[in-house]
Amino acid sequence: MASYSTSEFKAGLKIMLDGAPCAIVENEFVKPGKGQAFNRVKVRNLRTGRVVERTFKSGDTVEAADVLELELQYLYADGEFWHFMDPGSFEQYAASKEAVGEAAQWLKEQDMCQVTLWDGAPLTVSAPSFVTLRITETDPGVRGDTSSGGSKPATLETGAVVRVPLFIEEGERIKVDTRTGEYVGRGKE
Amino acid sequence: MNDATDWRPAADLETLRWRAQRIAGIRAFFAERGVWEVETPMLSRAAATDPALHSLRSEVAVPAPHHRYWHTSPEFPMKRLLAAGSGPIYQICRVFRDGELGRLHSPEFTLLEWYRPGFDEHALMDEVAGLLGAVLGRTVRDERITYRDAFLRHAGLDPMTADPAHCRRCCLDRGICPDPGATGDRDFWLDLLMSHVVGPALGRGEPCFVFDYPPSQAALARIRPGPPAVAARFELYLNGVELANGFHELTDPAEQAGRFRAELARRRQLGLALPPVDERLLAAMQAGLPDCSGVAVGVDRLLMVVAGVARLERVLPFAFDRS
Repeated sequence: MASYSTSEFKAGLKIMLDGAPCAIVENEFVKPGKGQAFNRVKVRNLRTGRVVERTFKSGDTVEAADVLELELQYLYADGEFWHFMDPGSFEQYAASKEAVGEAAQWLKEQDMCQVTLWDGAPLTVSAPSFVTLRITETDPGVRGDTSSGGSKPATLETGAVVRVPLFIEEGERIKVDTRTGEYVGRGKE
Repeated sequence: MNDATDWRPAADLETLRWRAQRIAGIRAFFAERGVWEVETPMLSRAAATDPALHSLRSEVAVPAPHHRYWHTSPEFPMKRLLAAGSGPIYQICRVFRDGELGRLHSPEFTLLEWYRPGFDEHALMDEVAGLLGAVLGRTVRDERITYRDAFLRHAGLDPMTADPAHCRRCCLDRGICPDPGATGDRDFWLDLLMSHVVGPALGRGEPCFVFDYPPSQAALARIRPGPPAVAARFELYLNGVELANGFHELTDPAEQAGRFRAELARRRQLGLALPPVDERLLAAMQAGLPDCSGVAVGVDRLLMVVAGVARLERVLPFAFDRS
């Protein structure tokens, strides 16, 4: 089983901690002038996103996490799994509801996503930062009222609901920042 | 790691000029006091046996034996000078410690070390405070606290009696989470608490000396019988950063030889390299090391703290990653 010594610790390194795959966020070498050396690290649990702190005895080893980050193409969802494909190898991966999480509401077939694999299976899926999606439902716009900064809810083809300016109409394509869920502008055709 | 600008120093030139002035000031401080500057070998036949120190080793073509160890401090040859009758001496030199790299650590760094015959550790703390004042350009009002009181105040436990379970709980209460594999004897836990909890709380604004260490952490300090027995050792903290370590030096050659043996036994247990013991130090102590105190100050760290920056590389022309 692959493992890392504390001397290899650095931000980004993937390790197993309490049975969960984690990424090191920060590593600090701490040592009293005369005495034991330590590595004090902050690690992010890749499944939950939670950041915890841990102190290791310098020189100890920890198990490496078999974690891989891939750019995969989203194919379709079958109600239980979301299916992705590596466009280079044509290998397909099925991601669970837990792995897809919040990204589900932004996924459109053919889009490229960052997928983190752990032991060969999708652990997390990140939607692209910006997506362009068609509005399937929104109240009719109020003509002439473009300066008041007013907004209204709009349902997108993926099911997500975002707030859009009043002049945006059903059937239009809009660009959304998936990190904030905010409308960015009209999408290019 | 390599980019188009990493040939440049990470520190700005103004800081480096300021560094040169501070080091000239340190030399003037000692010249005024009649402490003279010495230079001792960086490459030594023997090496430190302290299990927490890892010496770098080089091959030399002549003469045999072919190995020389880069010094981790100039302590042993300086003590040989003292035994030869040098009187008060100081040295500013580069020292080398493998495996130490971080915000406050570098495998090579500048050490200021000096020895004062006839001083006990408290008299030497007075002089360290004087030196700090010279570097800071103001009078310092240093605080002095025993190791035990520092732990009682900042960790809420008695370091002379606390057991590992108690120390571990103390860590968890303060948001420090030792890995299940990170465990050891009482000194292991005290090192963890000192470096994570107690030390960072010391010397806020004004320097703080911690003294009267547990005898198990005597290193090269003499042990005062007590009760309770304590090691005549001190450390200096400024803004939570450890800057210096000093001893009322052990002068008994038999006890020194015993400590070397104990450290080598510990190294063997830990699977560490077993370097040759400095027999010339032992011979010098046999001939008579005068009653003295000595201290080593991390110059890069001192300047880092005085300059108010957070990383060693900000006060060095070229830190280890740009060497």
